[in-house]
Amino acid sequence: MLSFLGYRLFRFFISLVGVTVITFGIMHLAPGDPTDLQTTMNPRVSAQAKDNLRKLYGLDQPLHVQYARWVKRVAALDFGTSFVDGQTVVRKITQRMPITIVINLLALTLIFLIALPIGVYSATHPYSTFDKAATVFVFVGFATPTFWLALLMMILFGVILGWLPISGYQSLDVGGMTFVERLGDWTSHLLLPVFISAFGGLAGLSRYARAEMLEVIRQDYIRTARAKGLSERVVVYKHALRNALIPIITILGLSVPGLIGGSVIFETIFAIDGMGRLFYQSVLSRDYPTIMGVTVLGTVLTLIGNLLADLSYAVANPTVRLHRGK
Amino acid sequence: MAGKQRSTLEQFWARFKRNRTAIAGGLIVLSVFVIALLAPILSPYDPAFIDIETILMGPTHAHPLGTDELGRDVLSRMIWGSRISLLVGFVAVGISILIGILIGAVAGYYGGWADDVLMQFVDIMLSIPTFFLILAVIALVEPNIWNIMIVIGITSWMGVARLVRGQFLTLKEMDYITAARALGAKDGRMIFFHILPNAMSPVYVSAVLGVAGAILTESSLSFLGLGVQPPTPSWGSIITGGKDTIEIAWWLSLFPGLAILITVLGYNLLGEGLQDALNPRLKE
Repeated sequence: MLSFLGYRLFRFFISLVGVTVITFGIMHLAPGDPTDLQTTMNPRVSAQAKDNLRKLYGLDQPLHVQYARWVKRVAALDFGTSFVDGQTVVRKITQRMPITIVINLLALTLIFLIALPIGVYSATHPYSTFDKAATVFVFVGFATPTFWLALLMMILFGVILGWLPISGYQSLDVGGMTFVERLGDWTSHLLLPVFISAFGGLAGLSRYARAEMLEVIRQDYIRTARAKGLSERVVVYKHALRNALIPIITILGLSVPGLIGGSVIFETIFAIDGMGRLFYQSVLSRDYPTIMGVTVLGTVLTLIGNLLADLSYAVANPTVRLHRGK
Repeated sequence: MAGKQRSTLEQFWARFKRNRTAIAGGLIVLSVFVIALLAPILSPYDPAFIDIETILMGPTHAHPLGTDELGRDVLSRMIWGSRISLLVGFVAVGISILIGILIGAVAGYYGGWADDVLMQFVDIMLSIPTFFLILAVIALVEPNIWNIMIVIGITSWMGVARLVRGQFLTLKEMDYITAARALGAKDGRMIFFHILPNAMSPVYVSAVLGVAGAILTESSLSFLGLGVQPPTPSWGSIITGGKDTIEIAWWLSLFPGLAILITVLGYNLLGEGLQDALNPRLKE
């Protein structure tokens, strides 16, 4: 178990270094210097002053020195200050991060709770009406643009039926509510965003769960389990599902980047002030320090998600703990 | 040799045409192609023609899918928008397939440290939220159709690289490869003439499914105003135009979204059908 953990942590670290190199590289793809924004717009800034600024930011140093300096700052969670409002990037992000994490965790839970039973039932009843309906749902789900679905749901539940609020994650008067009222308020605000965020993953995971279960159910040990008279329930849930679960958890871990990326869309549509919306606003205003900060932190979140997925399948399957395997 | 090849193709076609959903997918894909190709003939109006007399009119006989916030005909804009979807889909996937094949082939053929380094790179790319990566690059360059295609291409090759690597790992152990090597074939010849042609069938499937993904990504970008820029009509940007008036002008959001859904569905069904026909053993 410990060597497995060590190996995964090593991979985590390598990925982290790789991500910072790529992010740093993208930052330097930018035509011109970051200082241009502060200088070329301002005719009173002389070439001399521009050189001084470049020195101040270390832009006169060779690339690897700049990278080392940047990593040192990033390691101390210093992403600089926003071009837009002069706030530190870390402050802006930590204000917005909790709601994004909450929505994504809820979405992941929802995906797991809905997609897994659908997949298992489809696999144990292949070509039944349920299975066929699930397949149609999967294909339509894969093809549905989430931003469009979000708009349609918003118009249906928010405007036509008037059941759900359509923007933000809490009401303006949330301060005066009791805890129970507050919980209800959050639920009604988050219902649509969480559903939209989970939607794409639902289709993918239920399809995947079905395929994995079908694969496992054909194995000899399942036939053996049936032959020795175990009930179908025990065969399906104890013998088959536990074995199918491992690759399913991996896929769930791999879907985290997609979920976090999707935050941009649903947070923008539902006016939720999370990391996704912050990122979108920073892109529109070309606020490079914030863009880089969110990209790095978003990726770190993803890596942590993958690490957790790795660890949880070590829990689900004891043999994984013994091998270091890929 | 030629006879053998035709017979595998015939087998493939025999399996493929039995699959009705795959045929339906193929027909959808074909129709969108025809619509895009014949856009100047099919489109009833100039897609850029602004008419203040017809702002936000619902579906009528003159404008079957209504008009937008500038009085332009939605049907005409959707017909021209199909060109953008196809162009972005194919060029972006072309780029991603090219990168994926190169990286996957080198990793699978040479193995060893090249394989370790390249696959670690794939893992790293997979752990960055793709949509963040795309938006970050778009923020640095001009958001126009060419940059969109390039950015989607260079952020979506990882799946193909893994596929091709896997194929190479299996194929390079085969007897005919040992024979080719014994005859003195050089690495480049081995990779591109002996192994790659036999490694391509899952890549075709992945390419067809990739077009669907690229169309969805482009429409999301255009919806956010960071994709194809106005006045060029794209399905995603038509929906953006209808976002603020969705309560009174539902047709502006509904129809372009359906166009995206149906087109993407077509590519996905076609891709699945190809997969089943190319690998009949995979199907239960």
